[in-house]
Amino acid sequence: MIIDYETLKLLWWVLVGILFIGFAVTDGMDMGVGMLLPFLGKKDIERRVIINTVGPHWDGNQVWLITAAGAIFAAWPLVYASAFSGFYFAMLLALFGLFFRPVGFDYRSKIEDPRWRNSWDWGLFIGGLVPALIFGVAFGNLLQGVPFHLDTLLRPYYTGSFFGLLWSREHGPFALLAGLISVAMLAMHGAIWLQLRTAEPISTRAKGAARVWGLVTIIAFGLAGVWLVFGIEGYRVVSMPALDAMPNPLTKEVVREAGAWLANYQTYPASIAFPVLGFVGLGLAVVLSILDRPGAGLVLSSLGITGIIMTAGAAMFPFIMPSSTNPNSSLIVWDAVSSHLTLSIMFWAAMIFVPIIIGYTTWTYTKMWRRVTVEEIESQEHLAY
Amino acid sequence: MLDSTMIELSRWQFASTALYHFIFVPLTLGMVWILVIMESVYVMTGREIYRDMTKFWGKLFGINFALGVTTGLTMEFQFGTNWSYYSHYVGDVFGAPLAIEGLMAFFLESTFIGLFFLGWERLTKVQHLTVTFLMALGSNLSALWILIANGWMQNPVGSEFSYETMRMEMTSFGELLLNPVAQVKFVHTVAAGYVTASMFVLGISSYYMLKGRDLASAKRSFSVAVGFGLASILSVILLGDESGYEVGDVQKTKLAAIEAEWETEPPPAAFTLIGFPDNEAQETHGAVKVPYLLGLIATRSLDTPVTGLKDLILQHEQRIRSGMIAYHYLERLRGGQDTDANRAVFEDHRQDLGYGLLLKAYTADPAQATEEQIKQAARDSIPQVAPLFWSFRVMVAAGAWMLVLMVLGFYYNAKRVIEHKRWLLRLFLFSIPVPWIAVETGWFVAEFGRQPWAIGEVLPTAIAASSLTVADLVISLTAFGVFYSVLLAIGLYLMFKFARLGPSSLHTGRYHREHPLTAGTATLANQPQRQSD
Repeated sequence: MIIDYETLKLLWWVLVGILFIGFAVTDGMDMGVGMLLPFLGKKDIERRVIINTVGPHWDGNQVWLITAAGAIFAAWPLVYASAFSGFYFAMLLALFGLFFRPVGFDYRSKIEDPRWRNSWDWGLFIGGLVPALIFGVAFGNLLQGVPFHLDTLLRPYYTGSFFGLLWSREHGPFALLAGLISVAMLAMHGAIWLQLRTAEPISTRAKGAARVWGLVTIIAFGLAGVWLVFGIEGYRVVSMPALDAMPNPLTKEVVREAGAWLANYQTYPASIAFPVLGFVGLGLAVVLSILDRPGAGLVLSSLGITGIIMTAGAAMFPFIMPSSTNPNSSLIVWDAVSSHLTLSIMFWAAMIFVPIIIGYTTWTYTKMWRRVTVEEIESQEHLAY
Repeated sequence: MLDSTMIELSRWQFASTALYHFIFVPLTLGMVWILVIMESVYVMTGREIYRDMTKFWGKLFGINFALGVTTGLTMEFQFGTNWSYYSHYVGDVFGAPLAIEGLMAFFLESTFIGLFFLGWERLTKVQHLTVTFLMALGSNLSALWILIANGWMQNPVGSEFSYETMRMEMTSFGELLLNPVAQVKFVHTVAAGYVTASMFVLGISSYYMLKGRDLASAKRSFSVAVGFGLASILSVILLGDESGYEVGDVQKTKLAAIEAEWETEPPPAAFTLIGFPDNEAQETHGAVKVPYLLGLIATRSLDTPVTGLKDLILQHEQRIRSGMIAYHYLERLRGGQDTDANRAVFEDHRQDLGYGLLLKAYTADPAQATEEQIKQAARDSIPQVAPLFWSFRVMVAAGAWMLVLMVLGFYYNAKRVIEHKRWLLRLFLFSIPVPWIAVETGWFVAEFGRQPWAIGEVLPTAIAASSLTVADLVISLTAFGVFYSVLLAIGLYLMFKFARLGPSSLHTGRYHREHPLTAGTATLANQPQRQSD
């Protein structure tokens, strides 16, 4: 079936969103578990229990991130090029954080030395915290605009600094606040997972953590919303070629103006549902966790995370990466995309494989579903992580 | 113009992280099938020793796999962080196989690897074997998609340059998939991975036999690996990727450089066995030549000439001059003079645009390049010959050495006397590094031989990099150096530790140093552990 170019451009915005939400809900949970590991596990055997709740799944979950990055490369090459090279040290920091996880999970329990195991536990902590923080900070930077421009041959030049990503001259620590939202929501999500999949005393500690981090997320999300409404100027496309035109990001006119990030919410009031989903999802997740219903809580926290990501996406649409120094260089869903043929092939590849992936991933979760206990790990001391 | 030191450092970073990643990948590609074979025997015969073998070799595989995943992440980030113009210029074509690799292959491999390690108690025998098989399938499909992407860098089919979007765009997905270079590369690379894993299992099994311990599992492991390894090394050698050197200009140049073939000889060309190639003098000092052999190997015919490097340089110079015109009209078209006349001239020279871009390494404006710059770019349009010449010969020698070992190993194993051939077991043990020498030099030949191109005839390496500074690269390269050295030390430490422990690392009470007569008496009865000693 042939889908027209304009529709495909839009569908790819949705698909990239789905891949990122898939990443946050699955591997984000593993990162949350990593962040909580040194605090919820008081003894070595408890830490092993915690690790083994995600042990069989974290690697598959991580592929959501890898596929999301690969999809950006294939569908939005200029975004991949500009963001990864512009945020050079931030991206490397996230990458080095991610390094700790594959080796941490596999190597930690292979040697009994407490210093060895303790070091890997903090490695897994970094592997959860640092990427989560950086991805949140990156989102914050997209919202406040990135200092970059393109030359006539479409080579991207980044003119900001690494520390400017964290604390911008104009907007102060807004991006750090976005990073905090990311860290807190994944910590809450990981905590609810642990509440569901471990026994006493870890599950009670996890319940406490879910409450704390859930509240932090809600407050930070609310603060960021207020900041966005009153303190951050958005971007608006003034004129551009037809939506199905050959993509060329230098042929449009963009202005920066107060309130532009709210325009979509005014034009399509139904999109208010996204921030509502964020607040309600997170709030109910905390309540369900307190009521010892972590299964339902996990579903609601997944919906809450979806709501938060969609809130930012909907505010910015059609912008992906606005330029603060040369707004006309901004990358948007209509002009930073691949060709019609590539989008089309990739779309059908995703349509075929994403349901298959969800199918077999579900099977693996079903097969491994249980509360992981201290007794179980002790009985499989040389097999478990 | 980008800083040439920064580009050099970017290349060092990519090459070192890719070579490092490629320490782990080949072992994974082959180990998965060896595990599938061992576990299949277990499921079919029900003999526990094969399950223990699967679990034990699985542990070593896991140590390797974790580093493979870790270092693979770098590869995905690095195109964007360090090669951003490349990412923009070819993402439309090159990104697609990478993304499909994630969807079709890497998800499969990574989802099931967790169950391979942790699902023994929760899956039926057949379910677990299926999991192992899907993991193997996933890892090998991964290699397929990566090599389709890499094959396109060597021989960019199924795509064309669009001046409106200022990038390469896909015109045929089918041509991309069926790229002959990608096909031969896939077969050659996965088979080399199978050889690597076989040599690994053979070397460590030989160690146990030399020590006289864990003989039952060592001999069975040896049998599995020697059969698999012999078939694989024959594929690597017989289906070597020479045939892929016939298509595309870059591959032809690479072939001539590998063979230090400066002049076009009347066919069939002589093969230079050894010698000292010199790019400055454009000749090979002290060459020892075998008549006719190169023509036969490279073209598999008696009458097809192998084009020499000097002729290739002359051809390239013509294309550079044509490329200057293409560049000049590209600037006009992008600068608002999008007229039919300009488009027509551009179309005539479009296939040489990449050659025009080669001049970007010498001047900001290729359209105004001087005669000297054109000559220089043409001279630099072939790679450094000596490193390619020697790496290729090291690779071939390593392959020949492994073939000899595999044939001997197979013969004595079939005669059931392998454990008494201590000299051969020692050779296997000390040859464990040999497959890595072969795969790393092979990688080097393929990728260094592609220079000065990032994408053959399309995008020069010199303009593919990100607009970073030398300081950026020094910091990141140092960080990678430190991190990767520590990881390698840890990985090797664990690998040696668990290889020395052997199957006793499973703590079943049935293996070496586990006092089988006391600890594992109950289970020993139905084990062939000591019977075959």
